[in-house]
Amino acid sequence: MKANSIKGYCRLAAFLMLLFSLASYGDQEVSTQQPLLDALNNLKQGSMSEREQAITQLAGIGQSSLGILQALLDGKLFTLKSDAKLVIGIDNNQGYDISDAVSGTALGAIERADVNKINLTNKLRVSLRKIIGELELSADDPLIRLAAVKAMGNEDDDAVLALLQARAGVEKDATVLKAINVVFLLKEMNSSDKAVRIKAIEALKEQNNLDVVNRLNVMVEKDEGGNYLETDVEVRNIAKAALIKINSRLQLYSTIETVFFGLSLGAVLVLAAIGLAITFGVMGVINMAHGELMMLGAYTTYVMQQLMPNHLGVSVLLSIPAAFMISALVGIAIERGIIRFLYGRPLETLLATFGVSLILQQSVRSIFSPLNRSVATPEWMSGSWQINDFLSLTWNRFYILVFCLMVFVLLLQILKRTRLGLEVRAVAQNRNMARAMGIPTAKVDALTFGLGSGIAGVAGVALSQITNVGPNLGQAYIVDSFMVVVFGGVGNLWGTLVAGFVLGIANKFLEPFAGAVLAKILVLVFIILFIQKRPRGLFPQKGRAADS
Amino acid sequence: MNRISEKLRKLSIVGAVALLTVASGTVRAEDTIKVGVLHSLSGTMAISETTLKDTMLMLIDEQNKKGGLLGKKLEAVVVDPASNWPLFAEKARELLTKDKVAAIFGCWTSVSRKSVLPVIEELNGLLFYPVQYEGEESSKNVFYTGAAPNQQAIPAVDYLMNDLKVKRWVLAGTDYVYPRTTNKILEAYLKSKGVAKKDIMINYTPFGHSDWQSIVADVKKFGSTGKKTAVVSTINGDANIPFYKELGNQGISAEKIPVIAFSVGEEELSGMDTKPLVGHLAAWNYFMSIDSTKNAAFIKQWQEYTKNPKRVSNDPMEAHYIGFNMWVKAVEKAGTTDPAAVQKAIIGVEFPNLTGGTSKMLVNHHISKPVLIGEIQDDGQLMTVWQTNKLVDGDAWSDFLPESKPIIADWTPPISCGNYNTKTKKCSGQTY
Repeated sequence: MKANSIKGYCRLAAFLMLLFSLASYGDQEVSTQQPLLDALNNLKQGSMSEREQAITQLAGIGQSSLGILQALLDGKLFTLKSDAKLVIGIDNNQGYDISDAVSGTALGAIERADVNKINLTNKLRVSLRKIIGELELSADDPLIRLAAVKAMGNEDDDAVLALLQARAGVEKDATVLKAINVVFLLKEMNSSDKAVRIKAIEALKEQNNLDVVNRLNVMVEKDEGGNYLETDVEVRNIAKAALIKINSRLQLYSTIETVFFGLSLGAVLVLAAIGLAITFGVMGVINMAHGELMMLGAYTTYVMQQLMPNHLGVSVLLSIPAAFMISALVGIAIERGIIRFLYGRPLETLLATFGVSLILQQSVRSIFSPLNRSVATPEWMSGSWQINDFLSLTWNRFYILVFCLMVFVLLLQILKRTRLGLEVRAVAQNRNMARAMGIPTAKVDALTFGLGSGIAGVAGVALSQITNVGPNLGQAYIVDSFMVVVFGGVGNLWGTLVAGFVLGIANKFLEPFAGAVLAKILVLVFIILFIQKRPRGLFPQKGRAADS
Repeated sequence: MNRISEKLRKLSIVGAVALLTVASGTVRAEDTIKVGVLHSLSGTMAISETTLKDTMLMLIDEQNKKGGLLGKKLEAVVVDPASNWPLFAEKARELLTKDKVAAIFGCWTSVSRKSVLPVIEELNGLLFYPVQYEGEESSKNVFYTGAAPNQQAIPAVDYLMNDLKVKRWVLAGTDYVYPRTTNKILEAYLKSKGVAKKDIMINYTPFGHSDWQSIVADVKKFGSTGKKTAVVSTINGDANIPFYKELGNQGISAEKIPVIAFSVGEEELSGMDTKPLVGHLAAWNYFMSIDSTKNAAFIKQWQEYTKNPKRVSNDPMEAHYIGFNMWVKAVEKAGTTDPAAVQKAIIGVEFPNLTGGTSKMLVNHHISKPVLIGEIQDDGQLMTVWQTNKLVDGDAWSDFLPESKPIIADWTPPISCGNYNTKTKKCSGQTY
């Protein structure tokens, strides 16, 4: 009987406990939801201070709010105008595909005008990035973890260091571990123990890390009173030695960077000039409307993007043939309509084509408005290739360099290996003889001009990715184009290529010393002097035809 | 044959009608007040100035609907100086002597204003100039409704210094008079605030500069010393897109190195891919995003007038809005469009601006305006993050340049001078 009653008590107790735990479980359910809802409510309010508070609240909730925070940072968090519900919206070009921010259930598509975006200021973005970094420190992807460590690394905050310390204990990935280690070593450079400082410097001097350079620079600097910030002579000398080592690497990387800048500027010049090298160099026509043909190419890119807004990358690629066709057709029309009546009269050609350039500019103003048009850059062309802290190469420039070389090779092959190329070269060398051999020179002239113009259009596609697409685009490049062709040697494609790259690199090496304005002037003066000495440019055409 | 002659007859009728309307137009012109609109509709500056021409036409149209001015209809005389500076002077002369306009609203670049100045002063006309500029000028015949440096550049620098704790400064500009003078003022101001010379980097680039690689790389290096760095940009119009693109591509975000621009507004942003710009700053006296009933009505009117529901408004448009209405009030006050009378009457005239305050024409021919700082959003709008709590009076002569510190402009008696030295008590006329 006694045992039974004990059993009964036990049962009762167990039951009660179960009941309690259930109740507390229910409580917990509410308590995890409640702060989230509170925070989201704060987020919806207008003022930035309330938003800041909301972000801190969300950060306190932990992992589960990561999605919302990331959406907020990416500008994908909206409130519905109808019922002020928080949603995450993915752009689908007509509007947004939205899903509930809390539950994640999809709510279908919605018009752009039906949502309000939750705006951020820079200050909030900074704290968001830091919070996301902290939350992502335990992400599965090592690359995300690495980015998180880097985002947090600059914080001189003990809480952050503690988090990193904890992470270092469980981290498996070598690069992430190394990055965490660098953060600690940087911290140790401020240690009061001399030996620790020296050890940290020794360990860090092989790193290509800007923070290291900054800390070392601080160590060898004097304060206002003329005392060194680093009091210990030995440490200072080691820091100096490390700086010299790092600076020599820095020098090397910055030279590589300048050469790359020069090459990419050169690539743009070559692209702009190579069409001209054909019309001016091979045919001897001074075409002042060349820049406007590039502008047409750039506008073609804009139109293509308007036609297929969902496929940015594809539209840019498709713009290349489209721009070629349009500029080539306009070029042929100019040649047939105007230039063919003016062969042998260069001044009149110059004036006539200048007029054409004004007409083209103004017609673009009338059709597309005088405002610049916005041409978006596809994802794979933005950002840069971060080789290390000291060296990064931007993708758009990189692609344009590659593209320039491709166009050049293609053009060379057309001139060397096709029948058209053969005829073009024949006409360029001796028009009368070519005609006597049965080459239809009028047709060849038109096609050659079309080819040069088409290449200008293709250059315009490339330019649309780095500069403004507006009615004045052509004017900005016409002088440079002529400069490159004249410098390279009229009628020589290789000359144009070399001249473009030489001028680009020279410009970029001069710029840091002379400034952008003076660098341009110096290059121009150099070309004038060079032309005085060698009037036919770098690679003059040889032979009797060239002499006449 | 018959058909052709019929066509000819029709044509001649049309021609006669056209002639008649022209003739009647000239007859009617006697009882209208003419207003000159001097903005480039072609050439480089057409990009910015065409909008202002449309704004003026809208404002004049609206005034006519309200019954005109002094019982007469207003008539806009639009000329195209084609972004050609000497042509600005020629067209101004044409407007004043041939068309006999009561006032001219126009110019954008400082160089165009400087070329118009002698003509306006010689013929005693009136010019309302709507764009932010470098100051160091006050003409009897010009009313500056855009911002002076102390209404844009100085507050912007204050914001960066106090709110963002910026310690290192890049002053980047296009190589012409406005950036050069503004940067000179800013450099003097920064130095007066204790910023060391090595913490200021000044860079000038040509008009329409498009290859920003090495300059941005330099800025990146300059900004990587651990001290908070900001770029104060007086880069003009077209060069901005490649600049911001390069910043984005080289991984410089607004959080690391914010760029504050004085020439990038809603109009410019509408032609840009805004992705790389989000978070960067702009300082103006008006944003389209300002939430006020006056602004909402203005935007609605503008979009209806241009029949484009996506058309944006911007700061110089507001300047014309204020300037035009001040002129209207002054003419009503004076009871005549005579320039001398209007010049006297307009000083002290107040008109509500679109941001909720009331701007006033000051004795130095500048107006009082609020200063706003906004962050660029990805929809091309600017979101206010800071603003002055009251209107700032435009200062013609900067107090931060030693040579212009003692100089003031006051067009009321007893001084009546645009370049009055308070130390020597002398009016040195004007310096152009």
